[in-house]
Amino acid sequence: MTATLKPPQVAGLTPKDYASDQEVRWCPGCGDYAILKAAQKVLADVGARRETTVFVSGIGCSSRFPYYVDTYGFHTIHGRAPAVATGVKLANPDLDVWLVTGDGDGLSIGGNHLLHVLRRNVDLQILLFNNEIYGLTKGQYSPTSRHGTKSPSTPGGSLDHPVSPCAFALGAGARFVARSIDTLQSHLVEVMKRAHAHRGASFVEVFQNCVVYNDGVFDEFTDKSVATEMQLHVTHGRPLRFGKDGRRGLRLVPGKLELEIVTVGEGGVAESALLVHDETNRALASLLVALQPPTFPMALGVIYCDPAPSYERQVYDQLAAAGPAGSLDDLLKKGRTWRV
Amino acid sequence: MIVPMAIASPPVRSVPREEREQAVIRFAGDSGDGMQVTGSQFTLETALAGNDLATFPDFPAEIRAPTGTTFGVSAFQIHFGATDVLTAGDEVDVLVAMNPAALTMNLGDLRPGGTLVVDTAAFTERNLTKAGYSANPLDDESLEPYSLLKVDLTRLTEEAVKQFAITSRDAHRCRNMWALGLMLWMYGRDRQATVEWLTRKFAAQPDIARANVAALNAGHAFGETAELPTHIAAYTVAPHPVTPGVYRTISGTEGIAWGLLAGLQAAGLERMVFASYPITPASAILHTLAGLKAYGVVTFQAEDEIAAICSAIGAAFAGALGVTSSSGPGIALKTEGLGLAIATELPLIVIDSQRAGPSTGMPTKTEQSDLFQAVLGRNADAPLPVIAAATPGDCFEVAMEAVRLATRYMTPVILLSDGYLANAAEPWRVPDVAALPRFPVRFRTEAEGFHPFVRDPVSLARAWARPGTPGLEHRIGGLERSYDSGHISYDPDNHEQMTKTRAAKIAGIARDIPPQTVALGEDHGSLAVVGWGSTFGALHQAVKEVRAEGPAVSHIHVRYLAPFPPNLGELLGRFDHVLVPELNNGQLVQLLRAAYLVPAEGLNQITGKPFKVSTIATAIRERLGRNGDHG
Repeated sequence: MTATLKPPQVAGLTPKDYASDQEVRWCPGCGDYAILKAAQKVLADVGARRETTVFVSGIGCSSRFPYYVDTYGFHTIHGRAPAVATGVKLANPDLDVWLVTGDGDGLSIGGNHLLHVLRRNVDLQILLFNNEIYGLTKGQYSPTSRHGTKSPSTPGGSLDHPVSPCAFALGAGARFVARSIDTLQSHLVEVMKRAHAHRGASFVEVFQNCVVYNDGVFDEFTDKSVATEMQLHVTHGRPLRFGKDGRRGLRLVPGKLELEIVTVGEGGVAESALLVHDETNRALASLLVALQPPTFPMALGVIYCDPAPSYERQVYDQLAAAGPAGSLDDLLKKGRTWRV
Repeated sequence: MIVPMAIASPPVRSVPREEREQAVIRFAGDSGDGMQVTGSQFTLETALAGNDLATFPDFPAEIRAPTGTTFGVSAFQIHFGATDVLTAGDEVDVLVAMNPAALTMNLGDLRPGGTLVVDTAAFTERNLTKAGYSANPLDDESLEPYSLLKVDLTRLTEEAVKQFAITSRDAHRCRNMWALGLMLWMYGRDRQATVEWLTRKFAAQPDIARANVAALNAGHAFGETAELPTHIAAYTVAPHPVTPGVYRTISGTEGIAWGLLAGLQAAGLERMVFASYPITPASAILHTLAGLKAYGVVTFQAEDEIAAICSAIGAAFAGALGVTSSSGPGIALKTEGLGLAIATELPLIVIDSQRAGPSTGMPTKTEQSDLFQAVLGRNADAPLPVIAAATPGDCFEVAMEAVRLATRYMTPVILLSDGYLANAAEPWRVPDVAALPRFPVRFRTEAEGFHPFVRDPVSLARAWARPGTPGLEHRIGGLERSYDSGHISYDPDNHEQMTKTRAAKIAGIARDIPPQTVALGEDHGSLAVVGWGSTFGALHQAVKEVRAEGPAVSHIHVRYLAPFPPNLGELLGRFDHVLVPELNNGQLVQLLRAAYLVPAEGLNQITGKPFKVSTIATAIRERLGRNGDHG
């Protein structure tokens, strides 16, 4: 099985062509609808071949995703989608595989698999829908829930500290880490296109609002009234600016490995004093994903991208180097034999 | 090219060799003494000499236990003969004990009058204490029942290798080759294959290679020339007459690896994805297949057992042969994945190299205690076929059969092996590859009338449509699906229909497997001895021995444990009594009783060791006597 890195693309398809005939069954107002819409647009824009595209998911609200996309799809078991997707790529590296998971599926029960699929750098687009809650099991706190989250299982508030999905991904050795929001439709489409173009494991955290169990949990940076001041949209090679008219920016505190917010232009610093986003800089990426509202804006966009050879490609290189095979007969007679 | 070193030709002592029909020898020493390679090389030379043989490597879980301790003793037993050899042997004829710990742990299996070879240099105060001896057994009368050969094996080895530029540590490590040389002399075996092996193994360290060869030759020459005590004899064991053909030795591990490969080719599949997580004693299959990449095998060392089965399932979804392998505790972790493969009806092979449990149990010791887990151990109504290998050579056939069942019925298949089979070796007639069965897979390509759970009317298998096929885009998953469309369905009647369909598909396999045959004896009589898996040899030999005394005893060995062959119940009904020996606390016996309401009785041994023939034979005689059924 040879060996284009991504399948050939086709033209003339629209997002509708990627919608399956299944009725979508998420709660009205769920952020998942917007992510599904964005994904279908991305598929149309890149001209993905339906027959070579595969969506793999685990368990949870987000993991219903494959049923709604008219490609090949596998709704697997809780937390194990990274392993299943790895198997798909090992069997046929030419398939274009998307992995859809959530904060519970990917970071609690499936945390181990997510760690390993990222460090191996299997060529997948990994979409982690983070709503900081267990939706499908009716509202228990999740591994990304903030300390003190009150839920049916933590009536007195949760005691454990949350994991940051992007920090986890960086720590696992991911070569592509990006972030977007369900309601930022065009931003989300662009981020997903970048993820699709990246060879290797591309990790995208999508802040997704659960209207039933955790409504408004991201309002402090997603609400329209604060978005401009509380979202930092990063672009490779561009200064880290945000706020109304780009009046605010980030720079390193002199003498410290620490970011601070400064005013740009009149009454503040010159743009040249700001940090410039370098998506190949892992240390900078670590600082950016650690920014927490309300003190700092939430960093969004492609935070880190530094490609390396993908796992399955290296596996097939080894396979090619091992071949061509002798016959089974030769194998069975290899070593010491004797004739009677 | 490596040129094998010549074998020294010492003057020949004309000892009259005694003829033996068969023999059992055991090498025992510290886990660092190289007893396993010593045994393996003796096995190879014996196979080349044309004997039938069976081996039993028995080693501790510790990689290098503290020197001289009883828990660090590693042993390798080989039974070889001019007649059929079916087990590794009950009693040992010759025991080589490299130190006091090896002696104390193994002496109990040496038959009275058997030959005992010891390295006197290892019987130091310190080693004796570690082995629990208060007095040196070489100095008292405790070893009188045996033919004792005391050799300063350490000093003789050191002398043999002193001309080579190697460390004293490396010199010491040649002792096993000296012992091997002596044993090869004792049974009149060749040394050439071992010399070649040493030369290859130490190609980068030629002095070490030469030293090992020198030690091997010195041990051999010692037997040939030394003034051995008259009670130490040399033997010949004539070749075993067998079907003509090309032979080799095969271990259970090799049998499974090669059988999977043969199955892959028979199914006409391009790719095998073998995903596994290291666990004793299953890892060797991963190691073997990792060396066979050129044959289309992708091996994947997953992050855990769950990832191993799930990646194999993903590979199956994508159209490859998905295989995973483990031992009992790992199979337990794979259980949810098995449920997914059953629900999505994907072909999958799961190999369970059983070991003593529960939990970590005794990882290097054999047991047959995962039968319940394989047949019953899942949530919900989740049947799958279970088959078991009986011998190392049988592993090849059973692995091929697992591929056939998995792909023909779109189902996970559990193949039961065990720690004994994994490590045991036997001579094997290499099959005619062209004559092996073929069962080509037909992937679905027609879009007309397709849905993912459209079924073959005979086998009830669903269509296998792999990603990459235009027009067959579909979604599958663990949620219950409609019988008619494959879409998610919570319809009550549909769930019942799907559950029954899945069960009928697996039950229907019974029509597609050979009827149960009788391995030895008539298809009716007083007593059927019914076994499965690696106990084949012990059961067969025991039944053979008892039959020679007259009683109507038969041996039935079951390969297909789920579903059972369709005639099994009727066959068992033709015997007055059914005895089911197993290396567990009674599992097949319960399945047989449940399936056929037969008054089967168990014979259970849970020691981590294979059955002895005598254990089975005694139990058969006892059952017959109690039942008044002497023939």
